[in-house]
Amino acid sequence: MIDVVAETSRTRTLVLDVPEWPGHRAGQHVDVRLTAEDGYQAERSYSIASPPEDGHLSLTVEELTDGEVSPYLSEVLRSGDTLELRGPIGGYFVWDVPVGGPLLLVGGGSGIVPLMAMLRHRNAALGIDTDARHRLPARLLYSSRRWDEVIYRDELARLAEKDPTLEVMHTLTREHPEGWSGFSRRIDRMMLEMVAWPPSEQPRVFICGPTPLVESVATALVELGHNPALVKTERFGPTGGSV
Amino acid sequence: MSFASGESHESSSGRERPGDARRVDGNAAGGMFSEIFVPDLTSARAKCAGCGAEGMIGALPVYAHGMGTVVRCPKCDRVVLRVARTPQHIWLDATGATSIVIPRGT
Repeated sequence: MIDVVAETSRTRTLVLDVPEWPGHRAGQHVDVRLTAEDGYQAERSYSIASPPEDGHLSLTVEELTDGEVSPYLSEVLRSGDTLELRGPIGGYFVWDVPVGGPLLLVGGGSGIVPLMAMLRHRNAALGIDTDARHRLPARLLYSSRRWDEVIYRDELARLAEKDPTLEVMHTLTREHPEGWSGFSRRIDRMMLEMVAWPPSEQPRVFICGPTPLVESVATALVELGHNPALVKTERFGPTGGSV
Repeated sequence: MSFASGESHESSSGRERPGDARRVDGNAAGGMFSEIFVPDLTSARAKCAGCGAEGMIGALPVYAHGMGTVVRCPKCDRVVLRVARTPQHIWLDATGATSIVIPRGT
């Protein structure tokens, strides 16, 4: 492991150098295995946060209060430590520029991680080609509990500020700062109707986060007329465990 | 695909709680499936032997516990795929799937 970066008070990004990494697509994940000194092993899945264009592999890990693995990954690991990992895994919940758009991303909590890989890839792959960006616009609707728990908050603001074809919309479900002008409730059908492109635009949709959020958003989008084949889902259990 | 060390291991499951919030989907089982199938299985289409519904495995409900993993049909809740791992074997029961159609070329 090369570096550990604090994202929020409860999340950190692990930057890894993986020898002979074959490359990956945004949306894929890795299975990480930790072995304790007494031989006990635990495995967890983590979505890859870095785009394929990066030289290193980044994983953003959220510390969960009842997680047995995540405190180790989020607090104990230091630069120079090694992890065992398997991957990249997944061919269903993946997006890259050739798949096309418009691109609609809906995330809750740590579900933002694979979506961030997609946005970072879009930014790196489209570069300064503003025509290409206009042909492939992107929108992110991101649900968090509080403003200080929004992962990648500043980077999302920077990306959106310099790219008029990217819109980032936040909803804060528990508390919001004074003067907050974003959404302040759980994602619902009305919010999706405002945020999503009409079904006739055939957006590619990726929804990631806790299972109840993913399912209610997917159901609402299909009810709004979106083609289920274009709506892809990734449900995170509360501890992000691999099976 | 397997971890470098190749040792068998228990999958740690934490505290098991039934209910929707703990359910994941086929994406989370992708790594486990890579021990059995060579191509990615999450982008394969499975047809339920119970009700005939078809879906991409990445999107199907998955329930996992220490002994094994179950992929269920989202329409009729029947078990489509069941995988159990012991130190010596991987047990795959695919009788709940009439077919599994795997895209080629990736």
